[in-house]
Amino acid sequence: MKAVIQPLVPVLTKDAVPYFTDPVHAGFPSPARDHMDSQLDFNELLIKRPASTYVLRAEGHSMGAAGIAPGDYLVVDRAIEAAHGHIIVAAVDGDFLVKRLQTHPTLKLIAMSPDYPDIELRSGQELEVFGVVTYVVKPMLSKMP
Amino acid sequence: MTTQVFALIDVNSMYASCEQLFNPKLRGRPVVVLSNNDGCVIARSAEAKALGIKMGAPYFKMRHTLEEQGVSVFSSNYTLYGDMSARVMAIIESEVPRTEIYSIDEAFADLTGVQDIAGTCRRIQSRILNEVGLPVCVGASTTKTLAKLANRAAKKYRATGGVVDLTEPARQKRLLALTNVADVWGVGPRLVRRLRTLNIHTALDLASSDPKTLHEIFSVVLARTARELNGVSCIDLESEAPVQQQIVCSRSFGDRIEDKELVRQALVRFTANAAQRLRSQGLLAGQYTIFMRTSPFSGDPYYANSLSERLAWPTDDTGAMTERLDTLLGAIWRDGFRYSKAGVMLSDLYPQGSQQADLFDRSRGSKAGQGREQLLALMDSLNRQSRGQLKFASEGLTTAKSDMRQERLSPRYTTRFDEVPVARLA
Repeated sequence: MKAVIQPLVPVLTKDAVPYFTDPVHAGFPSPARDHMDSQLDFNELLIKRPASTYVLRAEGHSMGAAGIAPGDYLVVDRAIEAAHGHIIVAAVDGDFLVKRLQTHPTLKLIAMSPDYPDIELRSGQELEVFGVVTYVVKPMLSKMP
Repeated sequence: MTTQVFALIDVNSMYASCEQLFNPKLRGRPVVVLSNNDGCVIARSAEAKALGIKMGAPYFKMRHTLEEQGVSVFSSNYTLYGDMSARVMAIIESEVPRTEIYSIDEAFADLTGVQDIAGTCRRIQSRILNEVGLPVCVGASTTKTLAKLANRAAKKYRATGGVVDLTEPARQKRLLALTNVADVWGVGPRLVRRLRTLNIHTALDLASSDPKTLHEIFSVVLARTARELNGVSCIDLESEAPVQQQIVCSRSFGDRIEDKELVRQALVRFTANAAQRLRSQGLLAGQYTIFMRTSPFSGDPYYANSLSERLAWPTDDTGAMTERLDTLLGAIWRDGFRYSKAGVMLSDLYPQGSQQADLFDRSRGSKAGQGREQLLALMDSLNRQSRGQLKFASEGLTTAKSDMRQERLSPRYTTRFDEVPVARLA
């Protein structure tokens, strides 16, 4: 039995809508009328490619390198080809780990936390990169009272 | 005129693949996903298939075997699968403007005029795997029926790498000869038996049969299938969703229910859900039907009934429907039965704005009507943000026995900030 689903174009990101659609409604013609812009939309900044963008949450015992802390949200894009210097999320032995990728002089996953080792990748060893971290969203106000 | 080319793209074991993507511990392990109410197996990872677990196997029978074999079992996480489906379709639509979304994990794409069919199919396959994270197979040919066969071959024969270009007639014939007629799109088991008596066993046999004769003996549908197998395209892409004839919301209950009040609450919930879908499509309903039944499979005494009513005026207002519910339910309720399923149906649908003005205050144009409309719109908007946030009190306040059993649900990894996967700083 067939189920035809409507094209889902706007689903992956919300449209930004201007505050005021018709300033004249307020009773006077606004000088800003022809210069109205839409609100800042974080989707536009953080999610360039909705189909390949995922969010993960960082966890750990201590502050990681690059200022990433436990509890931060990681915006990860699978469409970006992981390259030297990128901070990536990789699947290693059944877990998602946040590591920095080194491709030269050797292929290596650099530790983001002092409690963990670097991982040397041997030739032929498969590296599953979940995606490249493009943005980190860091809550600044503590959850504790 | 350029020959039409259709590609069928479908995700391999979609539900299981979604579970494996967000949980690295499941990579390379047998995974099984259960249907509504955790009833039976509706998806298996490749590793689970290799263990011999069959599609449709009832869970309660297999529970211990699955545990012993170390199979991971999940309830259907439709929120997750729906979002992942949207991502897959977005990639396909970005590569091929003319597509038809056929189901949650399949789409037809129009590749007419494309120079490198196989190359385009491989690019779609690799973009979906790399960017979304799901493995797909792609079959391309000159008709939809052949595209389905090509896709099946892509899945079955690993050497193809999951992509089969079946646009060339000689290659089509070779594959048709190898394909059982039972595996042709649209040919069901009863039809297969009848075809066998006519010595039609393979897809090639069917393609070689005279379409007019097939039309006379069987149906125009089978004749069309035979033509399609010959490379004559009779079925085009559906570009628009057909206007809905009715909206149904029904569920099998997690546990059998004998209490009238619990069934009533479930019916109110179903009505709210159906009305919300009605509103989201800008439609009004003229007819409201409720139905319920006991299980025809258990040893329980059997009772099933339904009752329908013409609403006073076409409406999308949940309240207008639920206020008729007690009368309808009172008429068909029978004590002493163990009900296993109930539902509501909204039919006789009209687009909004086509309704005639009503004498009474409740019509859309009046102030009372507009206030009501605003209330419903606000409710829909809040419920979109957080499902079930705002309910009618008559829906019942606690989790009902009638709620679907979903004991092994994975997190909504892609739609809830508090359920996203975790990555260790390491």
